Amino acid sequence: MSASTTLAAHGDPLVNYRLIKAHIFAGAVALSISMIAGFLYSLQFVGYFPLGHDNWMLTPGHMRLLHTNMAAYGWLVNGFTAMLYYVVPRLTGYKVLSDKLGGLIFAAWQLILALSIVGYLTDKAQAIEWGETPTGFRPGTFEMNFVPVDLLVVVGAVLVIVQFMVPIYKARDQKFYVTLWYFTAGLVWLALTYLMGNIMPEWMLPGAAGAATTGLFIHDLVGLYVTPMGWGMMYFFVPLILRRPIWSHSLSVIGFWALAFFYPLGGVHHFLISPIPDYVEFGAITTTIAIEVVVTTVVVNFFMTLRGRWSALRTSMAIRWFYVGAVFYFITCLQCAFQVTWLFQRVIHFTDWVVGHAHLIMFGVFTFWLFGVIEWLWPRVCKREWYSQTLRGWHFWLWSVGVMIMFFDLMIAGLVHGFMQRDLNDWSDILRMSEPFWWVRAFSGVMILVGLFCALYNMFMTAKAGAAYQEEKHYIPANAD
Amino acid sequence: MERFYTLVFIAGVGCFAIAFLLSMIFPWMSLYSYHGMDYQTLAQLAEKPSLEFVQLSEKFPESFKEHYGTVSPESYAKALQRGRDVYVGQACWHCHSQYVRVVSNEHVRWGAPSSAQEYQNALNQPHLWGTRRVGPDLAREGGKKTNDWHIAHFINPKSVVPHSVMPPYPFYFDEKGVPNADGFALVTYLQWLGTVQAGIPVAERVTP
Repeated sequence: MSASTTLAAHGDPLVNYRLIKAHIFAGAVALSISMIAGFLYSLQFVGYFPLGHDNWMLTPGHMRLLHTNMAAYGWLVNGFTAMLYYVVPRLTGYKVLSDKLGGLIFAAWQLILALSIVGYLTDKAQAIEWGETPTGFRPGTFEMNFVPVDLLVVVGAVLVIVQFMVPIYKARDQKFYVTLWYFTAGLVWLALTYLMGNIMPEWMLPGAAGAATTGLFIHDLVGLYVTPMGWGMMYFFVPLILRRPIWSHSLSVIGFWALAFFYPLGGVHHFLISPIPDYVEFGAITTTIAIEVVVTTVVVNFFMTLRGRWSALRTSMAIRWFYVGAVFYFITCLQCAFQVTWLFQRVIHFTDWVVGHAHLIMFGVFTFWLFGVIEWLWPRVCKREWYSQTLRGWHFWLWSVGVMIMFFDLMIAGLVHGFMQRDLNDWSDILRMSEPFWWVRAFSGVMILVGLFCALYNMFMTAKAGAAYQEEKHYIPANAD
Repeated sequence: MERFYTLVFIAGVGCFAIAFLLSMIFPWMSLYSYHGMDYQTLAQLAEKPSLEFVQLSEKFPESFKEHYGTVSPESYAKALQRGRDVYVGQACWHCHSQYVRVVSNEHVRWGAPSSAQEYQNALNQPHLWGTRRVGPDLAREGGKKTNDWHIAHFINPKSVVPHSVMPPYPFYFDEKGVPNADGFALVTYLQWLGTVQAGIPVAERVTP
């Protein structure tokens, strides 16, 4: 396989560890902001918002903006960029375009995040879900009212694409490994998706046509940037750590091409039973169910790769994060195949069910996979072993249990809300029935926060006082099981 | 299949373009073939200031005069746009949806189901449909409640809805409950929501 030969031929001089460290650090900061903001927001629902209500900037609504956008643009983007700096040079055999450009991208991206935070807190958010980064213009006009952060994001994204596409382009004569299929297509999709979602509904398409576009944007951002990056890194790290190839190449091919074809077609399913024409909705529903088949092939492929080496789940933290994440991924996508039907939509749309779904995919799947990558990369970056095994365990279990509690809690809360809404109960009664679920949600938030602090403290102490790094410890021994 | 150019042009650009065509261009073309899909600018929407806007000017003459002058299409347009800006800025649309579906008894609870025509205007660019209802849908909010109810509710939601989880927004009003520029704008915008519906031909409305 070309991947492993390239890997053997070129060592670490290809990889810039300083940039990886910087991006992981920035990602961890953003994740902390996101989690704290989300927790504060959840306290509003149970009546104990700690920041008070006299300040027009620190309102619960703004906390929600911070929570979602820092998770997506702060944590995931920084985490994926760190991962790309490690994976792309190793797979292509070429360094990224420029280390200086890397520094510029890092600085630019953190500036974007800082400006977005200021924008959210001062009422400058854009009215596009998952794309609230301020445009800097009054809606639909060209009157400036803030720094045009969206424009900076486009510039930043183009720089990221150039940085990683150059080594991929240099390797164009090779047959690419699966990971690079996902990364190559994913980087192209990132640019197209962001441009479409942030410009068209804002300046060109009002109302229902704009809603079809923002639905497509929300969906493509997850499906055509986050998912390709996530699966790409799974295809790279899982065989690397297990020291065995992926079980079936054919399933990989099916998984990739079916994702590329079906995934973007499902966009409109975010606004079902709406003024968007029905035939478009039916198309979106059908392709969304088709995606479930695709997901099954990929998940089967990964579990067959692990067969006979189940002890790796015990001995390798990275493998554990990866595979628990993969189980969550399967649950989310299975849920998706049902909830996308009109039958389910009648009840669960507009309720906490969807919120639970989003939390499982964001924090249960892609965050788990990124934690797996960080488990692998951080000792390598710091040249030290993990400081505390106990804290690693706590981090894993608090997150796994916390995310599961949150998911099932919000799913049930959504059903309660949905049926009460359909049965024309008084809105106050719906809120009263939801309150216990919101308490449980806040409690699971505490678990996740504590887990995160365990991880951050462990990362800090590893960098400062971990034992000397031992390469072999991080692979699964050939004679395992 | 595993080559650079295939991945960039077929998977990357090609698959994206197919989806763009099917889930954006097609609905856009279908929607524009509907009757009454002419785009309404802010000035057109604000041609006739609402009754509630006039009532606000009469109830709080001094503050109104200071922030909006007199009742006119221009001052009404200004209040509507500013109200929408605050509504977006404070992320109200993350807890209040703005579309009524034809299922789940929604027409009983909120009013007539939404049609594409009523979103074809400047105050729905981008649309504010939302995806979550912690609080009630607001697509038919205009005229349902009085200005006084809204002001009391913004200052302290629990005073009118005992189990409300909505945060108070006291900073849009002074200690006597007199709105400032943002307070006027928010109430005016809420009282506008759903009033476009009246201008849509009956034959084009969806009946549940």
